[in-house]
Amino acid sequence: MKLEGKKRIWAEYQKDIPDDHFFYVRSCIRQTFFAGSEQTFLKIMRDDLKKDVFEDPRHTTCTGIGYHGDVVPFETIQTVVARHFALATEAGYKHIAISCVTSFGIYSEILETWKHFPETLARTREDLYKATGRTFDVPETISHTSDIIYKFRDEIARKAKYNLVDISTGKPLKVVEHIGCHYSKMFPNYGIGGAEFPHVLIGMIESWGGDVIDYPERRHCCGFGFRQYLIQANRGYSVSATRKKLESMEPYKPDMIVANCPGCAMFMDRWQYTIKEIDDITYGHDGQGIPVLTYEEMAGLVLGYDPWNMGMQYHNVQSLPLLRKMGIKADPADRFLAKDGSRLPEPANLINS
Amino acid sequence: MEDLYSMLMQDVRFEEGLKACMNCGICTGICPAAEYYNYDPRMVVDLVQTRNNDIIRELLMSETIWYCGQCMSCKTRCPRGNTPGMVIMALRKLSQELGYFTASEKGRQQFAIKRTVGDNVLKHGYCVVSYDVDPVAHPEQGPAWEHYYKHMEDSLARLGGELNGKEGPTRKISDDVLDELRSIFKVTGGQDLYDAIEEASEKKAEEMGLEFNKQGRDFEYFRHVVSADSGNHQCETEDVRRDIYETRR
Repeated sequence: MKLEGKKRIWAEYQKDIPDDHFFYVRSCIRQTFFAGSEQTFLKIMRDDLKKDVFEDPRHTTCTGIGYHGDVVPFETIQTVVARHFALATEAGYKHIAISCVTSFGIYSEILETWKHFPETLARTREDLYKATGRTFDVPETISHTSDIIYKFRDEIARKAKYNLVDISTGKPLKVVEHIGCHYSKMFPNYGIGGAEFPHVLIGMIESWGGDVIDYPERRHCCGFGFRQYLIQANRGYSVSATRKKLESMEPYKPDMIVANCPGCAMFMDRWQYTIKEIDDITYGHDGQGIPVLTYEEMAGLVLGYDPWNMGMQYHNVQSLPLLRKMGIKADPADRFLAKDGSRLPEPANLINS
Repeated sequence: MEDLYSMLMQDVRFEEGLKACMNCGICTGICPAAEYYNYDPRMVVDLVQTRNNDIIRELLMSETIWYCGQCMSCKTRCPRGNTPGMVIMALRKLSQELGYFTASEKGRQQFAIKRTVGDNVLKHGYCVVSYDVDPVAHPEQGPAWEHYYKHMEDSLARLGGELNGKEGPTRKISDDVLDELRSIFKVTGGQDLYDAIEEASEKKAEEMGLEFNKQGRDFEYFRHVVSADSGNHQCETEDVRRDIYETRR
């Protein structure tokens, strides 16, 4: 096939990601369970890549978990998101950088709905003005924050202090990548590689020296399921989905799992702990668990950030075996510190600790 | 009698999510909920497109519409461009607006979602916030979370945040911003939906003879809806998987 033809075929799987000047919106789940990852993203962008990322502390939840938990109407969430657009407009920003995959799916759904049903955009403008007196411009682009790290993956590779390589063998680490369902299964055009070839994490892993594992349940949902986790009686649904994935990836002996969705990263860590507690089963090498990282943590390790300052100690499956393989010297005794630098008692029953 | 199909058609997600289903069943094949629960999205869509009022009312009162996890994998795969997950969202909204959701065990759980995530939005400005994820209610969060929760200020400070600070992760959302959110909820129908969930749940609690409080979570009806499990929801496939799992052990 001619190169031109190939380019045309693959064009629909590409995504334009701006080079600079982002309006950042946080994630309820990521700031709760991975506060260090959000701070790491900002540090990488501002300090390492010298980019302008603006955050207005007046932005709130997008209400996405309430929306997919079915207690928040579509009209309401459109208007809450429109308020974020109004804050971006007021600050002079046209590119939104979204930390959460649930939010990213919602922003995509809203923009698509406004395109196909222009009356919904008109109503949202009216509702927002009536409720808050604010007006807004529709942003030029929306990017998930993993899109942005993907865009700068080669620049990060050039600054790398460590690679995704086992320093004792020189072989690439084996990495499972998990894409949050709402990143591109709903609106493929908004994700890099669409729903069929989601490349956002593969690109990072390969640029930083790792090998990607392909396994049968690679694209299965982590099992969050919103109400299926939020309600205690339903959590069997959630843990079953993650268990299915872990059983499927186990034969390929992954060194780590990386996810672009904060919920997926949290569940695949938490359910490993739960399954170990209930059934004494683990899925990693030699009876260990498989560390689950956010992509910000993976990028931070590559750039030489201190894993404990990124919050990696707050995973039930600790990353110590992975850090040793990469040659990262991080003292486990420094994981749990108080504000004054004194050591806090270490939690019991962490995996790989 | 209300025309339920017409009411569903007022929801843009329903209009977009259901064009003409040819019953191929690929949505059921890809659906994680269908693997776990006795659930078949193909059947739900097929029933809805009958436009039969009695059938739709039965669905609105059923357990079935509450099994979907909204991963939306069905959207990717439907050859007709339908989204059963969006049809489910429209059904759930209507079920709550009409008070039908309290007829089913899974439907009654909506009250707990309103009292947790729903109330968090208007009280804190977040759906989920660290100080509301109590390890006692969430043992699955494990020792790492228990430690973080217990030493939250110390832990967050090291990660570059400040609990209830002016900016950054878990910053305090100011009262004037919360007022804007509340105003949006009033103008757009969000508050009406919250009220409908509260009203129908209080009525159901009375019918079931369970204690109900106007606020909070520490009372019989709340505890009942989050934990009740008749054991009649799962599918046979899950039993087979459980057998395989037991064998592996």
